[in-house]
Amino acid sequence: MSNATTTIAPPRSIGADRLRFYGMWAVAALILLLLPRLFSSSGSLTAFSLVGISIIFALSYNILFGQTGLLSFGHAVYYGMGAFLAVHSMNVIAGSKLPIPLPVVPLIGGFAGLMLAIVLGWVSTRRAGTVFAMISLGVGELIASSALILRSFFGGEAGVDANRTKLFKFFDLSFGPQIQIYYLIAAWLFIAAALMYGLTRTPFGRMCNAVRDNPERVQFVGYDPHVIRYLAFCFSGFFAGIAGALAAINFEIANSAYLGAAQSGVVLFATFIGGAGFFIGPILGAIVVTYLQLELSDLTSVWQLYFGLIFIGMVMFAPGGIAGLLMKHRPLLRAGTLGSVIPSYLVALIPTLAMVAGFVLAIEIIVRHTVMANESPIVNLFRVPFDTSKALTWIIAAVLLFGGYLVSRWTWMRMAHAWDRAASIARDKGYMA
Amino acid sequence: MLELIVISTLNGVLYGMLLFLMASGLTVIFSMLGVLNFAHASFYMLGAFFGYQITRWVGFWPALVVAPLLAGAIGMAVERYGLRQVHRHGHVAELLFTFGLAFVIAEIVQIIWGKSPMDFRVPAALDFPAFTIFSTNYPAYKMFMLLISAVIFLALLIVLKRSRVGLIVQAALTHPHMVGHLGHNVGRIFMLVFGVGTALAAVAGVIAGPALVTQSDMAGLLGPILFVVVVVGGLGSLPGAFVASLLIGLVQTFAVSMNGSLASIFGPLGPDHAQSLLTDVWNVTIAQIAPIMPYLLLVLILIFRPMGLLGTRES
Repeated sequence: MSNATTTIAPPRSIGADRLRFYGMWAVAALILLLLPRLFSSSGSLTAFSLVGISIIFALSYNILFGQTGLLSFGHAVYYGMGAFLAVHSMNVIAGSKLPIPLPVVPLIGGFAGLMLAIVLGWVSTRRAGTVFAMISLGVGELIASSALILRSFFGGEAGVDANRTKLFKFFDLSFGPQIQIYYLIAAWLFIAAALMYGLTRTPFGRMCNAVRDNPERVQFVGYDPHVIRYLAFCFSGFFAGIAGALAAINFEIANSAYLGAAQSGVVLFATFIGGAGFFIGPILGAIVVTYLQLELSDLTSVWQLYFGLIFIGMVMFAPGGIAGLLMKHRPLLRAGTLGSVIPSYLVALIPTLAMVAGFVLAIEIIVRHTVMANESPIVNLFRVPFDTSKALTWIIAAVLLFGGYLVSRWTWMRMAHAWDRAASIARDKGYMA
Repeated sequence: MLELIVISTLNGVLYGMLLFLMASGLTVIFSMLGVLNFAHASFYMLGAFFGYQITRWVGFWPALVVAPLLAGAIGMAVERYGLRQVHRHGHVAELLFTFGLAFVIAEIVQIIWGKSPMDFRVPAALDFPAFTIFSTNYPAYKMFMLLISAVIFLALLIVLKRSRVGLIVQAALTHPHMVGHLGHNVGRIFMLVFGVGTALAAVAGVIAGPALVTQSDMAGLLGPILFVVVVVGGLGSLPGAFVASLLIGLVQTFAVSMNGSLASIFGPLGPDHAQSLLTDVWNVTIAQIAPIMPYLLLVLILIFRPMGLLGTRES
């Protein structure tokens, strides 16, 4: 391995690459089309709509976070502004019978987000890093608090509502039933995702990455990092506005919660858990986080605690997110050595799962003794009932937690050795790890 | 009018000193570790809740000592087993770690103590009016809060500027590697500084708990204001944090007690607006915009003086 060029994998033909690329987008479109046929219950349709919205939002966030390296704590402002302008314009369109159909409304929301980003962006993006994070937090708080003061536009605590079915008819679509809204969101998701992916492939997208990695060098090349950050900020605001408008169409209401810190936090969680380093990351993250929000809240009353713990766990052990973890395996898969690490994975998985189960059981025991002290002490964990008032349950939790920790430490060490062996074989075959 | 000014000044200085108790720790931690501790206000909240619980068990005075020590110990553990592990992934990961931590602490506090405000009372020994000005009784507890924060401020100043420990800390701020080469355990210094910083926030929590509201959303409400203080004062500047704390304390206290609006100033001269966005702006009172004042200040500072009031570098 004296020369970097010798370690690069043998190039595949351009035609095959192109086929794979368009094939992936075609499969994505097909999935979007077929999902409601496979899962047709109204609950899953609502869930798919929410996932679609949060995917657009998370992808727009990743233009800032993953592509340009700007950590924002106030991205929901642009999402919320898109939502509010969408609701107001829906009311205006319905009121004065303008010939504008509903599918165009997200574009209005997008321009609302873009306008706000143009106004606020120049000051915000003057610096990157911590200063940008603090400014975005301050601006976010400023606008979220102002929303409660400027009642005529933001509607105070109650928010502003609209009726999506009263707009100009478009091919006889009323947009009343959820299935039509799903297809509207799916169509916008496809368009927005394709545009945002395209953006990453342009010279501008590459300059964003350069600004993220080495702003000083960018200045030497002759670009102004501030301008590039500002442009990325504007694009991000535009797509966030589209997501917000879709959310407003979906719920037929916009309120100050759309703009708030909690919304900004969720999109950050989704993007980071999914993995900011890859385009697919925020998509995975948005799916996982929305699913967790919908499902976990039914299972346990303290789901937000698990949510936070998962996030901290990801920050500490997998800063590349889910996508980063998956992509690590690609060289092994190509070199054909993935099979040799699977047994170690399975061995490591058992004590780890035991540890997690013990941890969850411990949390639930504590919850039963504090928050829900006067409710039934039975907690159903993975369909197994545990009586949290019995000492035996406590011992089980402790044994699982500490025993699992000790054993899993040892098995993960073994896992690391197996990984190193497989990775070095892959490297020798010329697949970069 | 004079009464309003005197009382508001007292309250404003008090609030500012409380802010500084927290902002000082945040600033020193930022200069040392290069990470803004998002969970700093969470330690303030932990201080208040520990203080409440210990007060119920043993009394206020032990709580004033034990609660900050507990919170400081948790802070040290967070630095040792959390932040130090995350450090290799970079500053963004550290910031995100503290962000997640703030989220988790808020949830844990909610699990243990619930969502409603605690009945955290002023200790009986301090529950009397200190003095009466303009027929208003000024509570002794507030004077006590002022005293505590002033004493800690002075102690911090002396330790940092006049003692050997302070010398090493200051050196570790700028030249951590050199300090390490001289035989000091830089990791332990960082851990101690983090512990002291979080303990200071917890002191603020214990003394503010009875006067303000002890509730599980107190960290979320105060956290952003704390960052405003640190950025307005100039990132990493301790005197800047002091000035900014007092400034924001005074601005917010005065704004809350004022009732003027554009409509009341111009009165009948004002244009006759229909129900629109302008009516809102026209009729909003200064008291109503008090919560957004710090953020307005932040935006103005960033436009006109990006390095902060007393900051030296435009970081």
